[in-house]
Amino acid sequence: MLLRAENLAKRFGGVHAVQDVSFDLAPGTVHAIIGPNGAGKTTLLNMLTGIYLPSAGRVFLDQRDLTGQPPHRFAAAGIGRTFQNLQIFFNMSALENVMAGRWLHEHVGLASALLRLPRLARAERRCRTEAMQLLELVGLERWADAASDAMPYGALKRLEIARALAAGPRLLLLDEPAAGLNPTETREFDRLIRELASRGITIVLVEHNMKLVMGVSGHVIVLDEGRMLAEGEPRTVRADPRVIEAYLGEEAH
Amino acid sequence: MASPAAAAPPSASRKGLVALAAAVALLPLALPNNYTYEVAILVGLNAIVCVGLNLLIGYAGQISLGHAGFFGLGAYGSAILAARYGWPTPASLAASVAAVSLLAWAIGRPVLRLRGHALAMATLGLGIIVSVVIATEDRYTGGPDGMSVPPLGIAGYALAGERAWYWVVGVLLVATVWLAQNLIDSPRGRAWRALHGSEVAASAIGIDPARHKLAAFVLSAALAAFAGALTAHYAGFITPAKASFLHSIELVTMVVFGGMASGFGAVVGAAVLTTLPQLLTVFKEYEMVMLGAVLMLTMIFMPQGLVPTLEKALAAARRKPR
Amino acid sequence: MSAQFLQFLLTGLTVGAIYALVALGFAIIYNASHVLNFAQGEFVMIGGMAAAGFVEAGLPLPLAALLAVGGAMLVGLALEKLAIEPARGASVVTLIIITIGASILLRGLASLLWDKKIHSLPAFSGEAPLKLGGATLLPQTLWVLGATLVTVALLWWFFNRTLTGKAILAVSHNRLAAQLMGISVRRVLLVSFGLSAALGALAGVLIAPISFTSWDVGVMLGLKGFAAAILGGMGSGPGAIIGGLALGLIESLGAGYLSSAYKDVFAFVIILAALIFLPDGLAGRRRATERV
Repeated sequence: MLLRAENLAKRFGGVHAVQDVSFDLAPGTVHAIIGPNGAGKTTLLNMLTGIYLPSAGRVFLDQRDLTGQPPHRFAAAGIGRTFQNLQIFFNMSALENVMAGRWLHEHVGLASALLRLPRLARAERRCRTEAMQLLELVGLERWADAASDAMPYGALKRLEIARALAAGPRLLLLDEPAAGLNPTETREFDRLIRELASRGITIVLVEHNMKLVMGVSGHVIVLDEGRMLAEGEPRTVRADPRVIEAYLGEEAH
Repeated sequence: MASPAAAAPPSASRKGLVALAAAVALLPLALPNNYTYEVAILVGLNAIVCVGLNLLIGYAGQISLGHAGFFGLGAYGSAILAARYGWPTPASLAASVAAVSLLAWAIGRPVLRLRGHALAMATLGLGIIVSVVIATEDRYTGGPDGMSVPPLGIAGYALAGERAWYWVVGVLLVATVWLAQNLIDSPRGRAWRALHGSEVAASAIGIDPARHKLAAFVLSAALAAFAGALTAHYAGFITPAKASFLHSIELVTMVVFGGMASGFGAVVGAAVLTTLPQLLTVFKEYEMVMLGAVLMLTMIFMPQGLVPTLEKALAAARRKPR
Repeated sequence: MSAQFLQFLLTGLTVGAIYALVALGFAIIYNASHVLNFAQGEFVMIGGMAAAGFVEAGLPLPLAALLAVGGAMLVGLALEKLAIEPARGASVVTLIIITIGASILLRGLASLLWDKKIHSLPAFSGEAPLKLGGATLLPQTLWVLGATLVTVALLWWFFNRTLTGKAILAVSHNRLAAQLMGISVRRVLLVSFGLSAALGALAGVLIAPISFTSWDVGVMLGLKGFAAAILGGMGSGPGAIIGGLALGLIESLGAGYLSSAYKDVFAFVIILAALIFLPDGLAGRRRATERV
């Protein structure tokens, strides 16, 4: 069991954004969290990455209790994520964004950095090479030295994934990564997810796009109004009458 | 959303450093008298503070409206230890810088949890508290009229005279800029810029915002204190005005005017805004009007600062078909 | 209640009322535009100095005061039009520096237009002090408190009962939605700056008979008004008033009982403590969590 969520809940004043959500995420599968707008998906994601402190419940990664740790410790433990509202480092080029993602693997000491010792140049070259490889993986190699604020939306969504991958996560949480993508881009994205999964990264998709989710995931969790409605294989969930009533019935995908 | 220019590639910053070193080495040929040396020395000292402040504002993306407080504390710390307690000046200088760094570390931890206008207010408040304390505790500090400061020196030899100080400050400036550039070009520098770009995304890739903001804060405070102490020993005198809100604003103006995305912007900003009032001593009464106008016009029309705006203009000119 | 305590209380409330007016000016501008107007204190200075100038030129006090407030309002409108509007969309740091630049510019202009001497205004209804429970009360104090009360009441009426006032509130809550409703954000910004400038100038005119006025009186007043606005919760109108009064009282009691040399510092120490321990301010407007 890679990640365990135990009775997670989040209250904002009087609003119960998430209530009593528990699930296990097995490694090596593509998981999906679906639900209507306002179901609490992003709130849940924020709890799984340390951005929100749960009002109740716990988060375990590999039996280790991460609850209450700050976000950068969740990242260090091996959880990576992308954001629903792009959080690209617009003050840097695309390549630098991905290089920044390698922070957890940079072990250049302060002295080497300040004095510009040869080992720094070697480390930087390595970092650059690995960052380029990740850009190639997501199909952005020609944007490498471009200013990130000059890139189109679809490219930026892929850049966020490359940056998250640079940290070498075991678990990658993607918050509505296909939002705003056209059908071609969505197909490309499907291919990318499968490629990442084949590399051993456990992926969690928070998504609206039913076709994408049902096609690529092995395990689906359905949220509605902050509670877990159903969970299981895509085909099981899709046929569940409660899910159809709450969500799929409105979707015309 | 206006964003600062993506950092200049490493080769440009090497060229910049060489240019700076050359400028420092060759400038004396153009300086006719002691007064001009004095202005050059002041530019250098302000530039050292500004390079540090730029790391905090331009790279780590924080704001400090009270940095003159660190400058003043560094100056008075060294002055008091040397003048009132008879410490040898290299020791008083080192101790003062260390003490201010420690203070910045202690104060920084709670204060840097704040953002935007709250952080601006907190740093502003700190600066004002420091300047009022300095002006009020006249038993130690000589009060509003200031105090005299022994020259920097050891075992009888004192660093005195415009030319000697020029070279000392020049070398220290080039060294500071070199170290700052190296820091910016390093992974840590990238982490700081990431923090500036998006704090939440930076934490999602393992960058601890609190630790890095604090590091930038302490480093910039240490540089300000260092420059402050040097200024005190150079001038032989120090007044509370050096710790005032106005001085804090002048420092921020230099950084912002010169350009925050460039390590050299801080130096250019310090150079222009230190020399300008000197050139315009005839217009002493208009000094405030001009400072205010410069601030406003720069931020409205050149929000990225002088150096990046010039860089962009040059790049655009070069791209024009021949 | 000891006479001394009462004295400090009255002084504190008087000064606090001034801080409250300045803080309200900050809050109104911040709400409409998210700009921190560091030039707010200069409006206070303009109010006092212009009125003093007009009185010294022979104009009767009420007319001088009116012209001074009107003049400050024009300066406020000019500031918005010439400095804030062109820089729309700039970052927080940039906007802060623009208003700081404006404050320095205005101070410089004041020192040229008038001079660097201290000026005063005649008290509105005479100098003869009144006795209240052992403490002496200047009649001007009553003017300050009374005028502040009336102003606050008028502002309440303005924001809750007039269309323009409600438009300003709408923009402060959700600029885009307000625009979609047909509200001209530009006009709202102009009105906000004009209104804040008038408030500042009014404060300047009210306090000048008591604590005099000069070209640089705006610096500390502005900073403390800003501190009061933060203490009360940035952007909250009632908070600004509470913050201003609280600050005035703390300062007066602190200067009286602890140390008069450090009078100016109390405000900032309290602010630092408030910022660190009470990030949402006294009246605590709940800040929405950043959406990611």
